[in-house]
Amino acid sequence: MSAGQSIDETVRAAEAAAAVEGRPPASAGAVIEVDRLTRKFNGFTAVDEVSFSIGRKEIFGFLGPNGAGKTTTISMLVTLLKPTSGKATLNGFDIATQQDAVRQSIGIVFQDPTLDDQLTARENLEFHAMLYNVPRSERESRARRVLGMVGLTDRAADRVETFSGGMKRRLEIARGLMHYPHVLFLDEPTLGLDPQTRSAIWEHVHELRAEYEITVFLTTHYMEEAENCDRIAIIDSGKIVALDTPGTLKHGVGGDIITLRSADSAATVAELKEMFQLEAAVKPASADTSGPAGDRIYLEVPNGRTLLPQILKSLTTEILSVAVREPTLDDVFLGLTGKQIREAPVDKMDAMKTRIRRRRSMGGHR
Amino acid sequence: MKRFRAVYIIWLRDLKRYFRDRARIIGSLASPIIFIFILGQGLASTIGQNLPVGGGSLDYKTFIFPGILGMTVLFAGVFASVSIVWDREFGFLKEMLVAPVPSWSIAVGKVISGATIASIQGCIMLLLAPFAGVSLSPLIIVELIPTLFLVACSMTGLGVLVASRLKSMQGFQMIMNFIMMPMFFISGAMFPLANAPTWMDTLSKVDPLTYGVDALRGIVLTGIPTRYAFTTDIAVIALLSAAMVAIAISTFSRQT
Repeated sequence: MSAGQSIDETVRAAEAAAAVEGRPPASAGAVIEVDRLTRKFNGFTAVDEVSFSIGRKEIFGFLGPNGAGKTTTISMLVTLLKPTSGKATLNGFDIATQQDAVRQSIGIVFQDPTLDDQLTARENLEFHAMLYNVPRSERESRARRVLGMVGLTDRAADRVETFSGGMKRRLEIARGLMHYPHVLFLDEPTLGLDPQTRSAIWEHVHELRAEYEITVFLTTHYMEEAENCDRIAIIDSGKIVALDTPGTLKHGVGGDIITLRSADSAATVAELKEMFQLEAAVKPASADTSGPAGDRIYLEVPNGRTLLPQILKSLTTEILSVAVREPTLDDVFLGLTGKQIREAPVDKMDAMKTRIRRRRSMGGHR
Repeated sequence: MKRFRAVYIIWLRDLKRYFRDRARIIGSLASPIIFIFILGQGLASTIGQNLPVGGGSLDYKTFIFPGILGMTVLFAGVFASVSIVWDREFGFLKEMLVAPVPSWSIAVGKVISGATIASIQGCIMLLLAPFAGVSLSPLIIVELIPTLFLVACSMTGLGVLVASRLKSMQGFQMIMNFIMMPMFFISGAMFPLANAPTWMDTLSKVDPLTYGVDALRGIVLTGIPTRYAFTTDIAVIALLSAAMVAIAISTFSRQT
């Protein structure tokens, strides 16, 4: 098999994909191009001159605390919200002037479920297909395909009100694919789901990228999830503070993280500075830190495993516990913004929404 | 034609939901039945068999039957279109709003689906006609159905208008008490407006349901003189429906 032939096949496959009725042809170049996009609400700048571009088949993550501007950015890209200033194109279409073409090119899974729970899973898909101009002859086969993909084939004829939160989310992802979009937007796709469902959803995301040649744009405030992305933009207070691959971002932290717990934090910090010229950060144990209460002393060092024994030998203050680990995106976020992502203030509305969502996913709204 | 696709989809969805919800169909028939058989019967035994209407006299139950048809259409219509608020609360509205369809088609779809449902409810009520001393001929039914639908359109137009302002279902009780109940009672559905005080007479002239009930009464109770000519009724209702739907569309498009 020559190389030329396999390129031919690729081209043919691409042409076949483009020929699917209702799917706008793929534009050349970046699939999403954002140029100084800004959105203000009554003087408050929610999104502040954000610029980035996303390539085809990329999994792109928007990472930031609640209220950082993630959902506002998505709302603008999916044409639900008009930008105050700046420009963006999606699959070559302008989000401000070519709304319908943009909408036809994208699939969206919102934070809150948008299914009709009086209808069956298949009916939800059917209505979606009708709204998105999918030809009648294709509706059934596509519904079967996407339902199979998210493992809901045997629940197709059941009403959505009988579904669990995870099943609803999977059905929404399936629905977002019915019209073969170029970009799938996932706004906090795994919020409020158990770890098992969360990893299942991630499997689907990777599968569909491979199968549908799709670009995935997602927002999250789970650091572990962001690691699944090809590239991550870290957003804080409406601005992108870093944009790179998860690996490079972590690398930028500079080595390993040593965490110490000492009987006298202040003395330990002073000793570390004096003996090793190390700047240590002291943080009180927060609600979601596991282990006993008390301050944690954080150190960033290039080679934690070899340095730690020396530190322990030299320190005169009593050390209660130690840990060495490789940096995570949490550390990246901490380094860039000076705060931990989960400590970021959650406003009342968000907290309420989360509560309502939780109640609903347990089926308590009836 | 492509533009009306979304109208059809919304209509289809709402009708599917309607026929699936037996409790709603039965529940919404409860109050008309109570009005005819308890209130109607009770008052008939007090007022007697001879309610003076335009020179002649009528059984009270018979007199209110067209008014109860109007009431059914009013309540079913407004309730069906206020479901936009449910759709907003439970998210499905967003699915429609991000689809590549114009937003006016969502409002129009809701008006038409609500009017269809309200007309079906009205038709079910026709089964009670014999018990109210009303005899229906096929001709009457043929005239009645489009009239019911037209009256329903003005009511659902009002419903969509209200719904686009309403952020949660909690406000619905207010709408019920301050708009729908006065509309119903002032329309002349329950008593002849001939001897009503001036203020009520004036209010009844701006109540769309007055014209609806008048038209329905003219069709159902043949030979009974009506307040306005049938054509006047229909023209006013048609005009009001168009205005209501137009305002509903613009409010709905603006708020989203």
